[in-house]
Amino acid sequence: MPDLTKLLFGRLTLESLPFHEPILVGTFAVVALGGIALLGVITYYRLWGYLWREWFTSIDHKKIGIMYMILGFVMLLRGFSDAIMMRAQQAIAFGDNMGYLPPEHYDQIFTAHGVIMIFFVAMPMVTGLMNFVMPLQIGARDVAFPFLNNFSFWMTVAGALLVMASLFIGEFARTGWLAYPPLSDIVSSPDAGVDYYIWALQIAGVGTLLSGINLLVTIVKMRAPGMTIMKMPVFTWTALCTNVLIVAAFPVLTAVLAMLALDRYVGTNFFTTASGGNAMMYINFIWIWGHPEVYILVLPAFGIYSEVTATFCRKPLFGYASMVYATVVITVLSYLVWLHHFFTMGSGASVNSFFGITTMIISIPTGAKIFNWLFTMYRGRVEFEIPMMWTVAFMVTFVIGGMTGVLLAVPPADFSLHNSLFLVAHFHNVIIGGVLFGLFAGINYWFPKAFGFRLDRFWGKCSFWLWVIGFYFAFMPLYVMGLMGVTRRLNHFDDPSLRIWTLLAAFGAFLILLGIACTIMQFYVSFRRRVELRDVTGDPWHGRTLEWSTSSPPPPYNFAFTPRIHDHDAWWMMKKYRYERPLDGFLPIHMPHNTGTGFVLGALSFVFGFAMIWYMWLLAALSFLAILVVGITHTFNYEREYYLSADEVRRVEQSRTELLASHV
Amino acid sequence: MSDMSSTMTPDGGPGEKLLFHEARDVHTANGTLLGFWVYLMSDCLIFACLFAAYGVLGREYAGGPTGAEVLELPTVALNTTLLLLSSITYGFAVLEMQRDRKNPMLAWLVVTGLLGAGFLTVELREFAHLIAEGNGPQRSAFLTSFFSLVGTHGLHVTCGILWLIVLMVQVMRKGLIHANKRRLLCLSMFWHFLDVVWVGVFSFVYLMGVLP
Repeated sequence: MPDLTKLLFGRLTLESLPFHEPILVGTFAVVALGGIALLGVITYYRLWGYLWREWFTSIDHKKIGIMYMILGFVMLLRGFSDAIMMRAQQAIAFGDNMGYLPPEHYDQIFTAHGVIMIFFVAMPMVTGLMNFVMPLQIGARDVAFPFLNNFSFWMTVAGALLVMASLFIGEFARTGWLAYPPLSDIVSSPDAGVDYYIWALQIAGVGTLLSGINLLVTIVKMRAPGMTIMKMPVFTWTALCTNVLIVAAFPVLTAVLAMLALDRYVGTNFFTTASGGNAMMYINFIWIWGHPEVYILVLPAFGIYSEVTATFCRKPLFGYASMVYATVVITVLSYLVWLHHFFTMGSGASVNSFFGITTMIISIPTGAKIFNWLFTMYRGRVEFEIPMMWTVAFMVTFVIGGMTGVLLAVPPADFSLHNSLFLVAHFHNVIIGGVLFGLFAGINYWFPKAFGFRLDRFWGKCSFWLWVIGFYFAFMPLYVMGLMGVTRRLNHFDDPSLRIWTLLAAFGAFLILLGIACTIMQFYVSFRRRVELRDVTGDPWHGRTLEWSTSSPPPPYNFAFTPRIHDHDAWWMMKKYRYERPLDGFLPIHMPHNTGTGFVLGALSFVFGFAMIWYMWLLAALSFLAILVVGITHTFNYEREYYLSADEVRRVEQSRTELLASHV
Repeated sequence: MSDMSSTMTPDGGPGEKLLFHEARDVHTANGTLLGFWVYLMSDCLIFACLFAAYGVLGREYAGGPTGAEVLELPTVALNTTLLLLSSITYGFAVLEMQRDRKNPMLAWLVVTGLLGAGFLTVELREFAHLIAEGNGPQRSAFLTSFFSLVGTHGLHVTCGILWLIVLMVQVMRKGLIHANKRRLLCLSMFWHFLDVVWVGVFSFVYLMGVLP
C-alpha cells in the first residue's frame, strides 16, 4: 500500500499543505473564493464557449498579445503582494519585535517576488506588447508561426501556474531569485521549493524561446514591401534586438537549470564542491543569461518611449539612425558584462577591470538614446497625455538609476556595495523606472488600438502620480541604507535608528498600492465610459506608424491590402499624401484556423512539471507521453488554413467606412 | 495604374505620385527554414554550455578514472563512422526527394534511421559499460560533464529518429507534397547539425580526452 501511494503521489503528502500557516490559509481562502466567483460569473454569463473559441484557441497575434498582458497584470498583483508583505515586515521587525513573517516564509517571499516580477510580469507584458504591436507596425497579417504563438503563451501560463501552485501546495524556493548553489542543491534545499522554481522556469522558458524565434522570423521575413530594415519603426527595431537576445540567451538558462536539475534529481556533480564540481560555474552561466535578460526587458520599453515621444511631440524621432545603432550596440555589449554581477568572486584585477569598463561603456549608447528623446521634445509641441507623462518620468528616474549603475560598475565601489540595499535600490530604479514605466506608457498608448476606446485620463493621472511618488519613497531610502552598509534579504534589524528608512519605504509601497488600485479603477471606469471614450478613427493620437492606419480594434486580417512603405513614419506620410482607403477590389485573404492544441500542450506540461516536482514518476511518464502524442498528432493535421472570402472582407471594410462617415 | 485612389501627392498638390498599398495578393516568404535555422542555433548554444561545462570540469576526476582510462577510441571510431555515414545517406534521400522519387527516398531514410539507431546502440553500450564499472555520471565532475554532453547529443539523435519515423509515415500517407518536403529539409538540417556537433564531441571529448 505505501508503495502504491508513493507511485501515485511521490513525496506529496497531506503535510505538504500549509494548514499551519494562518497567512497562507487566509490567502488561499481569498484566492479560492475569488476564483469561484470568477468561474461563477463566467458560467452565469455563459462565456465559456466564447472564451474557448475566441480567445484560448485563438492564433490571432492581437488576441494572444492581449492575453499575455492580462497574465502579466494578474501576476503583477501577486508579485506586488509579496513586495508589500516584505515592506511591512521590514517596517516593524526591529529589536525584540520579530515581525509577522518567520525567516523561512520571508525567504520564499523575496524569491517568489523576484521570479514572478521578472518572468511572469515583465516578460509576458513585453512579449504581449511585441505580439500585439509589432506585426501591425510592419504591415503583416500575423506572425510567422501563428500556432507556435498560441503554444508559447500557454507554456508561459503553465509556468506561472506552477509558481502559483507552490503557494498552497508545498513551498517555493528560499534561495533568492537566481537559486545559486550550494544553497539550491539537494542537501541544503531538500524540499520541493527549488524544483518548483526549476520546472516553472523551464516550461515557461520553452514558450519564451519559441516566441523569440517566432517574432524574429516575423520581423525578418514579413515586413511590408518597401520597409527596408532602416525604415522599420523603432519599436520594431527594439523588438528585433530583444528577440535576438532571447534566442541567444534563453538556451543558456535552459542548460544551466537542466544542470541544476540533474544535480538535484540524479546526483551529478556540476555544482557540488565535494566531487570536483564548481558552483561558480552556475553563477557565470546564470548571469550570461541574466544580464542580456535585463536588456530583453528594457529594449522594448525604449522602443515604446521612442514611439510615444515622436507621437506626442508631433515630430519625427530625433536621430533615428543613432537610435538604431545604439540599440544594436547595447544588444552586443549586453553579452560582455555578465561578470559585474560577481566582482567579489575573485577573478583578479584585470578581469574585473575589463567587465567594469564594458559595463560603463553601455551607458554611452543609453545616454545617446536619452539625448535623442530630449532633442525630439526640444521645440516639439509636447502634449502631456498619459503615455507622455510616463515617458518624462522615465527619463528622470532612469537617469538616476543609470548613474547608480555606473557607480556599481566600479569594482572597488562594488566590493562595499555588493549584496547591499544599494544594489536592490539600483535595479528597482532601472526596472521600475525603465521597464514598468514603459509598459504603462505602452498600455495607455496602444489600449485604444486594442479595444477601440481610450483609457480614462483622471484615473490614469492618479495612477501615474501615486506610482511615481511611491517609487521615490520606496526606493530612495534603500539607497541610503545600502550606503550605510545594510545588506539585502534581511527579515529583522537590530539597529532601531534604521527604522525611519524602512518606514519611509513602507509608505512608498503603500502609495504604489494605491497606484495599482487606481490602475484597476482606470480599467473599470474606462470600460464603463467606453461609449464616451470611443475612438472611431483608429488614430486617436495622430500617430505616425502603420498600426494607426487600420481600425481600432483591427480586423482579424489587420490590413485589407498589404501597405507599401516609402519612408519612416509610414502612416504619417500616408496622411500627408492624403491617402484614401480603397473601398473595393478586395481579395480573399489566407487565414490560419484556430486550434486547441496549444492549450492542451500547456495543460499537459503543467501536469508534467507538477509530477516531476513531487516525484510522481508514473504521472510524469504518462503526461510526457501524452505531450508527445498530442504534439505528433498535431503534425498530421495539414488543413490549417482557410480563405476569408473577398465578400467578408468587403463587409468588414464597408462597416468601417460607414463608421468613419458617421463621425466626420 | 488601375487603382487611382491610391496614388497620391503631398497635400493633394502636384508632385511625385506614390502608391501606398498593394492591390494584389502579397505572398510573404515562408519563414519555416529560417525559423528552424534560428532554433538550431539556439540549440547550438545549449551544446556550447555543455562544452563549456566540460571545459571547466573535464579534468576534475575527484579520485575517479581519467578520460584516458575509460574512453575507448575504437568504439568511438565505429560510432563516428555510423553517424557520418547517416548524414551522407540523408543527403541521398534529399537528392531523391528533389527528383520526386518517393520510394527510393523512403529507402534512404530507412538506411539513415538504421545507421542512427546503430550509433545509439554503440553509445548506450558504452554508457552501460561505464555505469556497470561504477563510473556513472555521479562518480566525478569529469564523468558528469562527459555523460551530460554525450548524452544530450544522444537524446537529440533519439528525437531525430522519432521524427524520421513520423515523417516517413506522413510521406507514405500524403506523398511528397510541399509541406512534407519542407519538413524533410528541416529534419535534414537537424540531422546534419547533430553531425557537426558530434565532430566537436569527438575531437574535444574523445580525442583530447584520451591524452594523458
